[in-house]
Amino acid sequence: MSESRDLVVVGAGPAGMAAAATALDGGLRVVLVDSGAAPGGQFWRHPALFARETLPTADLHHGLSTYRALCSTLSAHERTGRLTLLLNHHVWTTARDEDGFAVHAMDRGRAPEEEAVVLRAPALLVATGAYDRQLPFPGWDLPGVLTAGGLQSLLKGGGVVPGRRVVLGGTGPFLLPVAAALAARGAKVVAVCEAAAPSAWLRHPAALLRNPAKWAEGARYAGTLARHRVPVRTRTAIVGAEGEGRVAVVRTAALDTDGRPLPGTERRIEADTVGVGWGFVPQLDLLLPLGCGLGDAGDGTMAAAVDDGQRTTVPGLYAAGETCGVGGAALAVSEGRVAAVSVLTDLCAPGRPGTRRPAAERRAVARHRAFARAMAQAHPLPPAWPAWLTDDTPVCRCEEVTAGAVRSARADHSAADHRQVKQLTRAGMGWCQGRMCGPAVHCLVARGEPYAPAERLIATPVTLGALADSGESTSDHT
Amino acid sequence: MKVVVVGAGIVGAACAFHAAAAGLDVTVLDRGPVGAGTTSRGEGNILLSDKEPGPELELARLSRDLWDEVGEELGPETVELEAKGGLVVASTPEALGALHAFAARQAGAGVRTQAVERVGELEPHIAPGLPGGVHYPQDAQVQPVLAAAALLRAAVRHGARTHTGEAAAAVTGAGGRITGVRTADGTVLPAEAVVNAAGTWGGEVGRRLGAPVEILPRRGFVLVTEPLPPMIRHKVYSADYVANVASSDEGLETSCVVEGTRAGTILIGASRERVGFDTAMNPAVVATLAAQACRLFPFLRGVHLIRAYRGFRPYCPDHLPVIGPDPRVPGVVHACGHEGAGIGLAPGTGALVTAQLLGRPWRGADPVAHTGLLPDRFLTTGGVPK
Repeated sequence: MSESRDLVVVGAGPAGMAAAATALDGGLRVVLVDSGAAPGGQFWRHPALFARETLPTADLHHGLSTYRALCSTLSAHERTGRLTLLLNHHVWTTARDEDGFAVHAMDRGRAPEEEAVVLRAPALLVATGAYDRQLPFPGWDLPGVLTAGGLQSLLKGGGVVPGRRVVLGGTGPFLLPVAAALAARGAKVVAVCEAAAPSAWLRHPAALLRNPAKWAEGARYAGTLARHRVPVRTRTAIVGAEGEGRVAVVRTAALDTDGRPLPGTERRIEADTVGVGWGFVPQLDLLLPLGCGLGDAGDGTMAAAVDDGQRTTVPGLYAAGETCGVGGAALAVSEGRVAAVSVLTDLCAPGRPGTRRPAAERRAVARHRAFARAMAQAHPLPPAWPAWLTDDTPVCRCEEVTAGAVRSARADHSAADHRQVKQLTRAGMGWCQGRMCGPAVHCLVARGEPYAPAERLIATPVTLGALADSGESTSDHT
Repeated sequence: MKVVVVGAGIVGAACAFHAAAAGLDVTVLDRGPVGAGTTSRGEGNILLSDKEPGPELELARLSRDLWDEVGEELGPETVELEAKGGLVVASTPEALGALHAFAARQAGAGVRTQAVERVGELEPHIAPGLPGGVHYPQDAQVQPVLAAAALLRAAVRHGARTHTGEAAAAVTGAGGRITGVRTADGTVLPAEAVVNAAGTWGGEVGRRLGAPVEILPRRGFVLVTEPLPPMIRHKVYSADYVANVASSDEGLETSCVVEGTRAGTILIGASRERVGFDTAMNPAVVATLAAQACRLFPFLRGVHLIRAYRGFRPYCPDHLPVIGPDPRVPGVVHACGHEGAGIGLAPGTGALVTAQLLGRPWRGADPVAHTGLLPDRFLTTGGVPK
C-alpha cells in the first residue's frame, strides 16, 4: 500500500467510526485501525461473524440504527478504496513523524504470528475509549470476580453468562444495563449495590431534563429489573468476597455519607459471580507520549484536553469519545463527527465538501457533556472506600502488592503519587502496567487529585521478535 | 559543619548518608521525591567491566567495596543488592581479541577478570557459536530507587533532614564563601558547604550557585519484558558496549545489555542518543535494541515487551564525573556528571565528597587519590571555564 492518507483513526468504536465516516464523506483518505475483529468497539461489540445468527444480541444494544448506518457508510468507502479498514491490528506506540504522525501497529490477523505495520498521516485521531475503574476489596482477586465491563463484553461478544447467581456493585448508571442484560439472559441477579444515594441525580435537574433520551433508557432498565425482581440497593457497597478457590459469598454493607461501612449492616449473600465497576478511566496510552495536555474530567480522572473542535494541545492530533472524558456512546458519536470536521478544516483541502461548522453537533456535545458531568457528580468514588481494605488485601494483583505495602510507602517514604509507589513497591509494574491498580493506588496516596495514568510508551505487549524484524522490513502503509 | 546536599537521587542520598555518618549537619534539598529523576530510569548497574583504567575505574573499585558495606549496614534485601557478575561476549574472533586486551589492562588496574571460552556454560540460553567472552565476577545489581530511599532514611537516622524545594541561588559572605542556599520560595538554608548532586540538572544548579559546570543529557531507552522463570544469570553485554560508553560520536548508538531481575522481568538496555531533553518515543531505537537482544538470546523472539522507559544520563564533555570543591565559589562541591554509572559510583562519590568536606580520608576515600575528577580540569588558572 503506497497511496497517501490524510488521517489515521485509532479505535473503531462509536467515536472512531463516526469520525472516519464524516472524514470520508468530506473527501479525505482514511485509515481506521482497531484491535477487534469487527468495528463497533466495546459499546457495539458483536459475536464473531459466523456466530451472529446463533447468538442474537440485538436486545442488548442501544443505537443499533446508528451503528448500521455507520457500517454501511464505511463499507461504501472501503469499496472505493478511500477507506483502509485494518482490523486485528494492535497499535503499540505512536510517534511524531516529519510531516505528521507514525502509528506503529502489530497485525495479528494470523495469530499467533504478528507483523509490524506503520501507518503515516498528517492527522491522527485517537478514539481508544476507556476501561473499567476498579477499587480493590478483600477477596477481589478470587476467580468469579469480574469487572462490570467484562461481564457486558462476554454477553455482547459471545453470549456468555459467566454465572448463575450474580451480585453487581460499584457506582454509576452502567451497572443498570449490565444487570438488565444478565437478567435477560437467565442469570439470577441477587443484588445491585449502588454506592451513591438515590437522591444524587436530583441535584442536577437541568442536565437531566435536557437529555430525555437518557430518561427513557433509564426507565427501560428499571422496567427490566422490576420484571426480573432484581433488588437495587443504594448507599450500599460490596466490601468483601469469600470462597475456596472461587467466590461463594459476597459481603455487602450500607455506607455512611463518606462511604464508610456502617457497623451492623453487613450482609452475606451467596453468589458465584461478582461484577464490579466504579465508572471508567480514559485510555490515554497513545496520547501521553505525544505530549497531549490533560484536563480534569470531573469524575476523578484526567482526560485529553480538547477545544470545541476536539483538537488536543498537539497540532494535528485529535481526540474523541471517552479519551476526552467518559460520557457514553451518543456523545462519542457527536465528538467523532466534530473532530472529523476539524480535520477537514485544518487540512485546508480546497473544494472539499462537508466543512461547514457543525453547530448542531457541537450543541449535542455540550448537552451530553453536561449530562456526563452531572452523572459523575452523582456517582463519585466514596471518599472513605479504603476503610474496606485490610492491610493484606492485594491492591496490585500482578505483583502481589498489598494495601499495607502501599500505605507504608506513603508513610515511610512520603510517596505522594502512584509513580513513586511503583518505584518503591512494584505496584503497577506487572502485566497490566497499572491499568487495574493505578486508580486505587492513586487514591490511597494522593486523595483529592484526579487520576492521571502513568505514561506507557508500549501501549500493548508485543513480541521482541516482531519488533526485531520491524527494524529491517516494516510493511509501510504510507 | 552545616552541609546542604542539592538532589535526592542516588548520588545525593549517598553523599547525605556518608556526610551524616561522619557527623556533619546535613540537609537534603530536592524539588521532588527521592530518586525521581535519572535514578529511577536506569537498570541499577554496579559495573567494573565497562570501565577502562583511569580515574573513573579507581572510583568504581572504591564504590564497589562500599556497596558491599551498604548491603551489610542496610541489609542486601532492602536495596536488592545482587552480586550476579557480568559476562561480556564477543561476536567475532577480532572483537574477542580486542576484548581480551581490554580485560588485561583492567586486570592490571585491579579488576577481577576471567576469560570464558564457552559462554554457554555460564549462560545456557545464549546464542550458539559465539567465540568467547570475559566474566567479571564483581559486577552487581541494585534496585536504585529502593537504594536511594534506604540511604536517605539511614542518613536521617544519622541526623540528616530533608527539605522539599528548589535551589535558587547561593548566599555568600566574606570572601565570596557560601553561607547558605536560597530556595525558590525564598527560604534560606544556612550552609558552610553545598553539594551539587543534581544529576542531569547539575549544570543548572551549578550556574545558580555561581559555579557553572557543563552537564549534558544523553537519552537512553530501556526495555522490560514480561516476567519469566530465571533464564539469564548475569549481566550480559556485547563487547560493543565497551566502545560505546566512551564514545563521543553524535547520534544514536545502541549495543545491547541483557539481564534478568528478581521480579522475573528481563531488562534490555541501553541506547545512547544526544537529543537534548527530547522525551519523544523513538520506535526505531526500540526495534534496534530488540533485534540486538534477540541475536544474543534467540529465545527472546517469542517473549513480550511490556514496558519501555527512557531517561537522561548526565555527562561531562570528557565523560568523567565532576567531584570536588569548585575553586570559584568556596563551599560549593560538585558531585554530578556520572553519565550512565551514577548508581554504581554513588557510594564512592558520597565517601569522596565527605572526605573532601572533612579534609581527611573517609571510609577508604582519600581525596589525593581522586584528583582526576576535580572540577579544576575544566578551569583555567583564573577560574574561568576553558
